[in-house]
Amino acid sequence: MKNLRFFVVLSLVCFVCFMACGDSGKVSEMEKKAADAESKVSELEKKVAELEKAAAPIGKTLENVLAKGYIQAGVNGDLFGFGKPDEKGVWQGLDVDTARAIAAAVFGDAEKVKYTPLTAKTRFTALQSGEIDVLTRNCTVTLSRDTDLGLDFAQVNYYDGQGFLVPKKLGLKSAKELDGASVCVLPGTTTELNLADYFRANGMKMNPVVIENTAELAKTFFAGRCDCLTSDASQLAGTRAVAPNPQDYIILPEIISKEPLAPAVRHGDNQWKDIVNWSVLAMIEAEELGITSENVDDMLKSEDPKIMRFLGVTEGNGKALGLDEKWAYNIVKQVGNYGEVFERNVGVNTPLGIERGLNALWTKGGLMYSPDFK
Amino acid sequence: MGTPPPATVPFYNDPKKRSILFQLLTLLMVGLLAFYLISNTLANVEKQSIATGFGFLEKEAAFEIGESALSYSAADTYGRALVVGFLNTLIVSLVGIIITVILGTLIGIARLSSNWLVSKLAAAYIEVFQDIPVLLQLFFWYAFFYNVLPSPRQAIHPIMGVFLSNRGLVFAVPETHPVYKYMGISVIVACVVVYFLRRWARQRQARTGQPFPIFRASLALVVGLPLATWAAGGAPTAMNVPVLKGFNFIGGANISPEFTALLLGLIFYTAAFVAEVVRAGIQSVSKGQTEAAKSLGLRPSQVLNLVILPQALRVIIPPMTSQMLNLTKNSSLAVAIGYPDFVSVAGTTINQTGQAIEGVALMMIVYLTLSLLTSAFMNWYNKKMALVER
Repeated sequence: MKNLRFFVVLSLVCFVCFMACGDSGKVSEMEKKAADAESKVSELEKKVAELEKAAAPIGKTLENVLAKGYIQAGVNGDLFGFGKPDEKGVWQGLDVDTARAIAAAVFGDAEKVKYTPLTAKTRFTALQSGEIDVLTRNCTVTLSRDTDLGLDFAQVNYYDGQGFLVPKKLGLKSAKELDGASVCVLPGTTTELNLADYFRANGMKMNPVVIENTAELAKTFFAGRCDCLTSDASQLAGTRAVAPNPQDYIILPEIISKEPLAPAVRHGDNQWKDIVNWSVLAMIEAEELGITSENVDDMLKSEDPKIMRFLGVTEGNGKALGLDEKWAYNIVKQVGNYGEVFERNVGVNTPLGIERGLNALWTKGGLMYSPDFK
Repeated sequence: MGTPPPATVPFYNDPKKRSILFQLLTLLMVGLLAFYLISNTLANVEKQSIATGFGFLEKEAAFEIGESALSYSAADTYGRALVVGFLNTLIVSLVGIIITVILGTLIGIARLSSNWLVSKLAAAYIEVFQDIPVLLQLFFWYAFFYNVLPSPRQAIHPIMGVFLSNRGLVFAVPETHPVYKYMGISVIVACVVVYFLRRWARQRQARTGQPFPIFRASLALVVGLPLATWAAGGAPTAMNVPVLKGFNFIGGANISPEFTALLLGLIFYTAAFVAEVVRAGIQSVSKGQTEAAKSLGLRPSQVLNLVILPQALRVIIPPMTSQMLNLTKNSSLAVAIGYPDFVSVAGTTINQTGQAIEGVALMMIVYLTLSLLTSAFMNWYNKKMALVER
């Protein structure tokens, strides 16, 4: 058996040698073969180029996205109001709508998104490795993530802060009364660090119960394993909304951190970052300009130069981003402005019941502010 | 008339040279693959401007860990946090292995019992626990603890100083006193003395045929010596009794539901496999051996210790080793139910620092080292137990 294999290898080697040093009489034949080989090589090169595209090299995300025909977005998957499929299996949420807005800008079709549910621990690796094109997963902007992790953050799409959810029957009024408590927390989040900082700063002790899966963590908390659950206030509202008895739980008044949540892309792909960034900004600007998904068609006839530039009636913005001139129109038409997206997913009329607060427009006392679209 | 050997054999027909050639080729290929993987990774990491190196171990971890054998706070370094995680893995593996071997052996023997009910119960146990994925068993035990047990304020209080609630089992422990340190030392001393005593007793029996009541003597030494130390140290009886204060019990010692759930899951799962290993080992010793030993006039305990076990162990030890390794490796499922084992702490570290490659490398090194150590120990024991052929 071994013998046979050896001779096969050997004969192959001999054959190659023979081909390489064929005698002069066969030169024309050899040339023909060389030409053939060349055409094969160019074919292979083409294939390699295609493969490279599929492998999402850094700096070519847009090309890659256009080639495959959809955006692969990393989302939460378990967080009501931000990223979770509804009972029909349709993805819903503020982060999901952000991804849809990017798809509307790139393809003119908000539905050209595929979603990858990610845990807090796996999300950055998924982005770094090219598994996803954009991370819209209630992710806090921090300096070390921006630098050490090789990420770039786009415009903040939700200003959040960390709070505590506690059972009403404990009779707590403030987070300062939590000394000695067991705290349910997700691993690998800024939440975990803020929690430790807060208890250290206030000279209190706690016992963390760290469970990776959001649903499992919530179950553990509702069963009474922990005295409180800590997370971003928006997530607490989402978790409470799915509690067996939502009215049995309250969110304590203390907000112990700043959590600006923003979509993230790989560092070094400036064009792609611009597209993600301005897609979020377009929703904010649309709200400020008073353009909604309902009146956007009427607005096309507007004489306001700002609106004309925004909707691509006056051309220029699309070309600058490498997109269709209708990109912002498509976002507003198919996804809506920021106010619509907010109210639809997390606003006061949803089970989450969150006020606009910091997420109101700057003109209404919030932080949502967009540079001009010119 | 023998044919003379050919003057020259082509190198590819010389089995020795050929095997060297193939080995060199294999080595070359493995080397190239490793080089490609490493250089490619480094290039990619640099291209994406991700930091590399183990410098992060010195940085402040800034996260808390639920339970720890060392003193640890969020102000300590990532390095110390990882050590805490490593010790947690070690504790659960070690305790798990010891109980698993005992429980598995008992069930394995029960499986062979001539009592129909006992044998069938053992069989049912083995089938049920070895056929359910261990992760599901972990979820089951964990849910059992947090759903069935009451909150600390309604804790079950069976005897003085013991409280059982969904925060774990809290029990009174003796107040710290210098005498306990000496008691620990005296246990070690007793063990050493027992070791030499056994050797002496065996040699004497071989020489003179006189048996020595080694079991009773050992027991007396291991229990008696620490007790004597305790009495000599003033016999302190002060206890650190847990008290319900605020959210939880203060004082005493605590065994968390996460630890217990993980331990139970691992033990019940692995013990089913160990039971089968033990059964196979015992059945591999032919019945004639038992009968021959009995006809020599040995007592049943001697039959087991001197004839059956030495032969059965040869069959049992190698697969038993792999079950121990399985238990250690399965302990990494702790992350699912919130026990802060090495994988859990390393995972958090990876996420906070972004040093995924370094973190995963550390995890691999830790599990590889643990597994190799277990294997080395069991191989040594196997060699000791192996039948010496004369």
